[in-house]
Amino acid sequence: MKTVDLNKKQTAILQTFGPQLEKSGTMYRLWVGFLLLMILFGGYGLFRQIYIGHVVTGMRDHAVWGYYIANFVYFIGVSYGTAMLAAILYYFKVPWGRPIIRIAALVAFISGVIGPVFILLCIGRFDRLHYLFIHARVQSPITWDVMVISTYLVGITVFTYLLLIKDFAILRDTDKFEFPSWRKKLYNALALRYTGTSEQDQQIGHSTKSMAFIMVPKVVLAFAVLSWIFGMTLRPGWRSSIFGPSYVIASIATGIALIIGVMWVYRKLYKLEDYLKDEHFRYMSLILIALVGAFGYFTLSEYITSWYTSMTWESKVTDKLLSFKEFGWAFHLANFFGIILPIVVIAFRRFRTPTIITALSLLVVFAMWVRRYLTVVPPLETPLLPIQDARPEYVHYSATWVEWSLVLAGAATFFIFFTLVPKLINVVPISDYEKETN
Amino acid sequence: MSESSENGRRDFLKKGALGVTLAAWGQLVFSCAPEGGHDHAAAEGADTVKVLTPDGQLVEVDQSHLRHVHHTQDISYEESRTGLPGRKFVMVIDLARCTNARKCVTACQKMHHLPPDKEWLTVKLMKDSEDSEPYWFPKTCYHCDNPPCVKVCPVDATFKRQDGLVLVDNTRCIGCKFCMTACPYSTRVFNWGERGEPADMKTHRANAETSIPGQVGTVEKCDFCPDMARMGQLPDCVVACPNGAFYFGDQNEDIVTNGSETVRFTELIAERAGYRYGEELGTEPRVYYLPPTDRIFPAEKGLEELPEESRKLYEDLF
Repeated sequence: MKTVDLNKKQTAILQTFGPQLEKSGTMYRLWVGFLLLMILFGGYGLFRQIYIGHVVTGMRDHAVWGYYIANFVYFIGVSYGTAMLAAILYYFKVPWGRPIIRIAALVAFISGVIGPVFILLCIGRFDRLHYLFIHARVQSPITWDVMVISTYLVGITVFTYLLLIKDFAILRDTDKFEFPSWRKKLYNALALRYTGTSEQDQQIGHSTKSMAFIMVPKVVLAFAVLSWIFGMTLRPGWRSSIFGPSYVIASIATGIALIIGVMWVYRKLYKLEDYLKDEHFRYMSLILIALVGAFGYFTLSEYITSWYTSMTWESKVTDKLLSFKEFGWAFHLANFFGIILPIVVIAFRRFRTPTIITALSLLVVFAMWVRRYLTVVPPLETPLLPIQDARPEYVHYSATWVEWSLVLAGAATFFIFFTLVPKLINVVPISDYEKETN
Repeated sequence: MSESSENGRRDFLKKGALGVTLAAWGQLVFSCAPEGGHDHAAAEGADTVKVLTPDGQLVEVDQSHLRHVHHTQDISYEESRTGLPGRKFVMVIDLARCTNARKCVTACQKMHHLPPDKEWLTVKLMKDSEDSEPYWFPKTCYHCDNPPCVKVCPVDATFKRQDGLVLVDNTRCIGCKFCMTACPYSTRVFNWGERGEPADMKTHRANAETSIPGQVGTVEKCDFCPDMARMGQLPDCVVACPNGAFYFGDQNEDIVTNGSETVRFTELIAERAGYRYGEELGTEPRVYYLPPTDRIFPAEKGLEELPEESRKLYEDLF
């Protein structure tokens, strides 16, 4: 059988990734064990929730959604955002984007898997999930979301896989590493008999380009439908025409911040300075501040109009966000660290180093989560009629350990995925370097 | 009465330790609490009643061991979804008569076997502005004609019937709580844990008209007691109100009644300037309010019945 030939440059890259592909150290095993423990703990929380009921969560009759929905909206938003970035970079063949596309697609894939799990956690009856299909009502935004998310997940999985096939073939054919036989079989299966003929190259190229093209409108639709889950309710803070655009911008920004974080860790761990260069961080940081800037503008536009017009029900929500007695600290700090600080710092050229950019990106990642939480909970705690309930847990939402355990398990799943991926495949594509040097 | 309902009743009588019917008490069915014993009843002596057991014996039991069970007609699944033909149920609540006696709340809880902290019907203290007077505001489900909750339901678990009622089929509900976020009146409640209803209720055939048995992880709410309407009777909140604040009736017949007086719906609304709450939201509620003018009691009186911790909630409003 014909095998994929490598040029010098490609062989060099392959050897860079050799160490982590071949063996794992003690620290690595400890880290994976720690993450597995976190996921197990989340599993225990979920068991309690299913066994006893949602009474073990902090959600009650007014704040009927909490951490779960905030996390769902956050992760699925990140997934859409990074999928869009990967698709655009691929479709327009952005020269500097090449080593980033794979990481972006992987972030999109795993966030797309984690996100929907959280909406399932929020559903009272797991045993009736199939009703969403057999009794589907097309008038409901949830039905739209079921359709859009399920097709999106197929799309992003196919797109990510297409980006990986050629490198699976390289790993199948290489004699540089001592892989156990199960790994060889795995690569053999995943490479789909790709041998590098020009016909195969053309097919993969066409398919990937079509998928990239499809992903962009798909993601726009997915964003719109998800934001309409909130936008279609009679609730101030949700029913706003800017909800969708604002959510799109915030999610792409969060996705880019997460990609920067993953890039920084991989670069440090696997010494990838030749591939993930400083300029990659600089370009990404400039996109990041453009997006958080737009998000800041949308935020201002949304709240200044409701504050200025001061309609009673609407101002109740806005006042809660601005008041330091309610959500003020969270709101103002999230805006400062997630919007203002990154713009101010990255505006100076000399601060655009990978480490500073990564630190700011982490702030954006946390701040955007807080903003997601603040979009979900305060409007729910502010109904039209006064709550007047003597039970404090019915007045203010406060997450319990069960919700925390599952949120942390979600984060642990994200980390464990990015810990395990470099064991399977090189995180920077090898196959893309063929044309450059041949 | 249909055959299946006969069977249902026979099963019910077999299951109860001492299930009996009293012909003289008509529609009401009484059953002994399972743990209740005769010795205990004899020891207490007072307040005993004679009841006839299914095997024809006359026994005397303590009244406290009897539990009030609603007799409902057994209807098909389709009937519970389409509603009573030719009806258009409507409710009018006279705010001038409400003193927060809370009899409607407890009657509703008893009717639907709800625990004391679960209220399908709530009474709020409203104060429209700084200088206006506070008043008590009973809130049922408004059974809107343009219901935002029904729009968003992904599985057709909550639906609008031809008789105007919005009901929840708790065997269909997946518990996504989207309807709860969509309802601007915070009408809906969720079964966060087990509802804790009597054991024999669990065997009751599920029916959207009664919401019995309650199901953990599903949404429920005020249903206007359509099972009572089907038998030509008023919802329990209407009957329980000592001041006759609730009027219930049929808009097609243009008649509403609070149990003691029966009036023309259109005349009542015209004379007393009836209005619907949150008209600007476009939800088209089926519940009308009569403004709290010429109140029969001062609003402060409503605090008397309340426990201390609840009273604190209203401090700012007086």
